[in-house]
Amino acid sequence: MAGELPFEKPINDLRQKVTELKALSEEKGIDFTDEILILEEKCKRMEQELYSELTPAQRMHMARHHQRPTSLDFINAVFTDFMELHGDRLYADDLAIVGGLAKLNGIPVTVIGHQRGKDTRDNIARFFGSPHPEGFRKALRFMEQANKFKRPIITFIDTKGAYPGNTAEERGQSEAIARNLREMARFGVPIICIVIGEGGSGGALALGVGNRVLMLENAIYSAISPNGAASILWKDASRADEAAAAMKITAGDLLELGIIEDIVAEPQGGAHRDLAFQAEQIKDKLWTHLQELLALSPDQLVEDRYNKFRKVGQFRISEQPADHEPNDVGGQEPSAEAAASESDDSEQLAMQEAPTVQ
Amino acid sequence: MQIKDLFTKKKYATVPSERPSKRDIPEGLMNKCSKCGNIQYSKELEKNLKVCSSCGHHNMLSAWERIAMTLDDGHLTEYDAGMESVDPLNFPGYAGKLEQQKSKTNLRDGVITGEGMIGGFPVVICVMSFDFFTGSMGSVVGERITRAIEAAHAKQLPLLIFSTSSGARMQESILSLMQMAKTSAALSRFQGAGGLYISIFTDPTMGGVSASFASLGDYILAEPGARVGFAGRVVIEQTIRQKLPDNFQTAEFNLQHGQLDKVVHRKDMKATLTKLLDMHCVREGASHGG
Repeated sequence: MAGELPFEKPINDLRQKVTELKALSEEKGIDFTDEILILEEKCKRMEQELYSELTPAQRMHMARHHQRPTSLDFINAVFTDFMELHGDRLYADDLAIVGGLAKLNGIPVTVIGHQRGKDTRDNIARFFGSPHPEGFRKALRFMEQANKFKRPIITFIDTKGAYPGNTAEERGQSEAIARNLREMARFGVPIICIVIGEGGSGGALALGVGNRVLMLENAIYSAISPNGAASILWKDASRADEAAAAMKITAGDLLELGIIEDIVAEPQGGAHRDLAFQAEQIKDKLWTHLQELLALSPDQLVEDRYNKFRKVGQFRISEQPADHEPNDVGGQEPSAEAAASESDDSEQLAMQEAPTVQ
Repeated sequence: MQIKDLFTKKKYATVPSERPSKRDIPEGLMNKCSKCGNIQYSKELEKNLKVCSSCGHHNMLSAWERIAMTLDDGHLTEYDAGMESVDPLNFPGYAGKLEQQKSKTNLRDGVITGEGMIGGFPVVICVMSFDFFTGSMGSVVGERITRAIEAAHAKQLPLLIFSTSSGARMQESILSLMQMAKTSAALSRFQGAGGLYISIFTDPTMGGVSASFASLGDYILAEPGARVGFAGRVVIEQTIRQKLPDNFQTAEFNLQHGQLDKVVHRKDMKATLTKLLDMHCVREGASHGG
């Protein structure tokens, strides 16, 4: 079967057998109806079991599936009247980022997304969905425009990360990402972000500072790709599956950690099995969240977004003084500030004990 | 005697010697420059602010060393000294590694924050330390820096951040990534309200720290030779097999490409900061011209 993932093989093998059995039954005129029914039943059961409990590594492979729909697929299926716009007005038009105007149930919105290629040629033109600084600046230009004209912003996140290259560094890759993070924090319009495939590192987050962050059921989101983590931690990139499990990269994990607000269901077997169904699911969720956000004032939207990110992080406040001896470099004395910070210990400890980052 | 016996080594008994085998040089007396190989007395190097007298290589400083040479009298009123990392994702080996880093460095995490004076100007300052977990940003680094930004905002003080970091702390994965957004959002408020933020890149500043608060200074300075960038040199070479220039991602490279305001020698840093602070301070009685 085309586009089969390794863990799907047993099911597909069984399906193949059923097909063969049907052919044999017709050819020889023998009645295998009962056997075929039993086998088909078994196929269904196996599928349900497999897809209802995918491991993080299996979801990672699903998120990277070469037939997985891209931002443009979803943009065209979810919205109407999409008009693509181009360029950062500074240097170039980075095709790794797409965006423009569209309508969601009749409401004008700005849509932006990372764009992977559909084939090798397309992928080369789009740098495999890994933006250069001009891509992030193009996205920022669209967002500033949306802010000016009071349009909600909807972003689709789907990248392995920002492009790692000489030219990207020369033109300020770090600055471009950092600026997006800071500017997205101040826009007085609703921002909804949805991770549709792989959300990799700063390149993903540069479109990810939203009031609501959603993820498709099999999408992943992490600070570094599991392959990268495995090669740094264990000097062995082939242990990516192991790293995927340790790193808490799935939609379920991130919902539990308070990083995302909602999960968008995928059709059985993944988004690539049924684009129309998937688009419908996305549209429903976007609409629900947008309705809620449209009730907020610009100031409330900024406040809401700030609070969402301000909360993230887990730590504890220790009662004991630090081990270091600053006196030998600075003659430090206990201060009013230090005393004041001790007083909110209980709050921080409570934060640490809570299962989520809320 | 046979021919083959000519090739066997004679064995001698060895008697342990009372004398130490090498001349007795106390550990750490001399220092060899990692850039040019020049050997000099460690004391000389210290006096020279850990800058090689031969090639000008700026050696890494720990946070406390940096504070001692930057703040007036080296005096810092530290914020959040008791804040410590936890292991939020139950990441294999993280808890043990944290303990090891703490005992190695006597630090609680990769950044020290607080208040002090520079050239008589009160400032909020954050100084990162590469020796703790390669300065990587987890929840504690992000939270301490965010609180420092908020303190600068509340007290209307200038904010200074000396950065050095390898990037995200992958053992905190997504929580680490979100610290980029958290610190940048805090800067959005602070800078939006007119706050002054001076960012200083020190060697090396990469990844998530470079791609968040460190690149957002109203003024961005760097120490000579400091490597600053998003993706590491090795990653770039392996991913796209590009030949990279020798000075790739150095402070000078970044200056040339318009990514920072000024490369400042360590010995001139305090004076430069003082001058910048002074430019933003309208003293009482100062004439506005006319």
